[in-house]
Amino acid sequence: MSRLQVVSGKGGTGKTTVAAALALALATEGKRTLLVEVEGRQGIAQLFETEALPYEERKIAVAPGGGEVFALAIDAERALLDYLQMFYKLGGAGRALRKLGAIDFATTIAPGVRDVLLTGKACEAVRRRERDGRPVYDHVVMDAPPTGRITRFLNVNDEVAGLARIGPIHNQAQAVMKVLKSPETAVHLVTLLEEMPVQETADGVAELRAAGLPVGRVVVNMVRPHVLDAAAVRAASGGHREAIARALASAGVPGGAALVEPLLDEAAEHARRVELERDQRAVLDGLGLPAYELPYLGDGADIAGLYRLAKELRRQGVGAA
Amino acid sequence: MTEKTPGPAKAGGLDAAPFLDVDPLLDDRGTRIIVCCGSGGVGKTTTAAALGVRAAERGRRVVVLTIDPARRLAQSMGIDALDNTPRKVDGIKGSDGGELHAMMLDMKRTFDEIVEAHAEPARARAILENPFYQSLSAGFAGTQEYMAMEKLGQLRARDEWDLIVVDTPPSRSALDFLDAPKRLGSFLDGKFIKLLMAPAKVGGRAGMKFLNVGMSMMSGTLGKLLGGQFLGDVQTFVAAMDTMFGGFRTRADATYRLLQAPGTAFLVVAAPERDALREAAYFVERLATEGMPLAGLVLNRVHGSGAGRLSAERARAAAENLDEGRMVDHGPGKTGGRGVPATSSEPSHSATAAASPARPPAAPEAAPTADATEEHSGTAGPETGPEAGTASENDPDIARLTAGLLRLHAERMRVLAREQHTRDRFTALHPEVPVTEVAALPGDVHDLAGLRAIGERLSSPRGRS
Ligand SMILES: Nc1ncnc2c1ncn2[C@@H]1O[C@H](COP(=O)(O)OP(=O)(O)OP(=O)(O)O)[C@@H](O)[C@H]1O
Ligand SMILES: Nc1ncnc2c1ncn2[C@@H]1O[C@H](COP(=O)(O)OP(=O)(O)OP(=O)(O)O)[C@@H](O)[C@H]1O
Ligand SMILES: [Mg+2]
Ligand SMILES: [Mg+2]
Repeated sequence: MSRLQVVSGKGGTGKTTVAAALALALATEGKRTLLVEVEGRQGIAQLFETEALPYEERKIAVAPGGGEVFALAIDAERALLDYLQMFYKLGGAGRALRKLGAIDFATTIAPGVRDVLLTGKACEAVRRRERDGRPVYDHVVMDAPPTGRITRFLNVNDEVAGLARIGPIHNQAQAVMKVLKSPETAVHLVTLLEEMPVQETADGVAELRAAGLPVGRVVVNMVRPHVLDAAAVRAASGGHREAIARALASAGVPGGAALVEPLLDEAAEHARRVELERDQRAVLDGLGLPAYELPYLGDGADIAGLYRLAKELRRQGVGAA
Repeated sequence: MTEKTPGPAKAGGLDAAPFLDVDPLLDDRGTRIIVCCGSGGVGKTTTAAALGVRAAERGRRVVVLTIDPARRLAQSMGIDALDNTPRKVDGIKGSDGGELHAMMLDMKRTFDEIVEAHAEPARARAILENPFYQSLSAGFAGTQEYMAMEKLGQLRARDEWDLIVVDTPPSRSALDFLDAPKRLGSFLDGKFIKLLMAPAKVGGRAGMKFLNVGMSMMSGTLGKLLGGQFLGDVQTFVAAMDTMFGGFRTRADATYRLLQAPGTAFLVVAAPERDALREAAYFVERLATEGMPLAGLVLNRVHGSGAGRLSAERARAAAENLDEGRMVDHGPGKTGGRGVPATSSEPSHSATAAASPARPPAAPEAAPTADATEEHSGTAGPETGPEAGTASENDPDIARLTAGLLRLHAERMRVLAREQHTRDRFTALHPEVPVTEVAALPGDVHDLAGLRAIGERLSSPRGRS
């Protein structure tokens, strides 16, 4: 499994949830993963029901089998100050710059600077080693920006092209690209079996590929079971109504006859959805990517749900050597 | 608030809320702007387009400003080309001379056009080519919202339409539509930019001195960090924006006032889900503080059932009875299909229930799910095998099929109960907000017929016509 796993997808499809479940799933026996977020939304803290994460790596969960999940909310301004400190020993001057709004300016619209800082921090965590040379984190999982922005976000080299071709930011961009374009990295796209997210996924895959970024898997989220399909419903509607009414009566449902029609209507809707999902699946299959599938959790994706999703991911091969 | 039983009677809190009838709103010539807001993915674009179609077919001259519509929807309205100007939509069946025009917002193009309109050509070119401008116009959080407002202002100023329906950009929070433009404004108005533009204006001599220190520190450190060209580019950018800046503010303020005017109506769109309705509640409160007129809440993708009197529990129990009946009749050997693991990484495939002699393959799909379906991921389908029981009510095909129908219904009732509960919470908080429901259609909405169907539901109580 790649060391850096980037999770993108259309807004609201479950990027944060899937990234967290993946971090848990990867933290098998004794392993340590780092879950990072880059959009300043504190989505991880909300998901794990903890207070807002500081700009500091914190243990937030223990995986079954003893692995550990750490989390970090990367803050571009803080990362820039860290750099300034590292390269120029700024001391209090950094704060002055910040007060003037210069840091905000640089991390907001200086082309690509923000993204270099964010991806740079994640790559640093990937490369970081213990004294004995072992990596500090076995895996880093990133809850990344949505599909529409992911290629630009990761393609920092192109982005900082608007700046001069010298200076630490440029060197940083170069180093980041080396990690991001290597097999050390995999970019996963989360989708639902609906038209828009699937379309975005297809577009996103094409863009990532064109940029030479390593596409990992499609993660089909919130998959609901197919109970009946169109053919079954057609068969049922065609002349079996009375038999169904009798079956309902025999199963102890009073007044079954009046229920047959509405039940068949519900089934027809379900069957219709099954067909539509099948179409979307065909589009996804056409991408030629391996997929993970995660079930829809009826009670929402709370902590218990996360552990369930992580277990499901492991069952599908995540974390296996 | 007490829990209500879900059912066809829908005795929920919603009945306490007034019904939002969109037709009078659309027919009122005084309504000039309708803004569809809401959190991500709830149906803002669909609702905006459906209102546009309905208003046009009721005789109004409408323009719909859509943002990132689904591709097929855009194609069906003839606006898949991003040229940033409204196009007349064909196929509107207005008897009263109504017309629908539609456009898809091109954020960057809108920004560029402002620059081109407000700076002479040479200067405009310098701005458009500046990397800071490009970064700002393509990616700054809030640019899309700002440009949506800008475009709304432009459409209104053209005064060619008597109704403008505005979709809002996809964002986590509905509030972004109101807040983001200000964010851009205050960013452009920030201390640092002021400083770069005109250090002398900011303070007296002492201020100058401090600022000069700041400037040289800035050019020194940031310059070194980001490359030598950096400062030059920043200054070109800032100087170039300087001339236009006042214009940005003025227009943004004017548009904001437009949103507070009596001819404007906000529709808050939400799915009957906790997060979406919480956002909707925030938004409703915010509109009140801003003095912006709220027409009501569109509750989109609501589920219903014609068999609401059969509870989830009863349905599930009955399904189990049918399973047991099958087991009794045919012994465990015949029910082997139920023993498959409920989960698998394989893509789901519903078995086809064509009248084939073979038992449908044990469906490998369903990862563990809601209890209703947990142990029954197998696809039920009628069989025509010779093992069919004695009486037709014991027909395993029918029993299996009926059990499937019951399980689907049980799941549906669970969804209904959850939706009802979240709705009740909203109406408890905001009993004064008129609500209309739109049923979840089984498929996507991607053509005029689909938009008409949504329009019908928008204007009828209970969302099902
Ligand atoms: N498998 C699932 N089953 C049920 N609910 C889910 C599942 N996955 C995610 N959700 C729910 O869907 C919603 C969106 O999930 P999440 O916040 O992870 O998405 P996101 O892609 O990170 O969204 P955003 O684009 O806003 O960052 C949340 O309410 C979450 O609890
Ligand atoms: N009542 C409905 N029944 C069935 N499908 C619907 C309904 N309303 C919307 N949809 C579908 O849901 C999807 C999302 O809708 P839409 O694009 O209107 O949402 P949105 O709020 O504009 O999303 P975004 O925040 O991404 O802009 C579309 O595929 C649309 O066809
Ligand atoms: Mg998220
Ligand atoms: Mg939309």
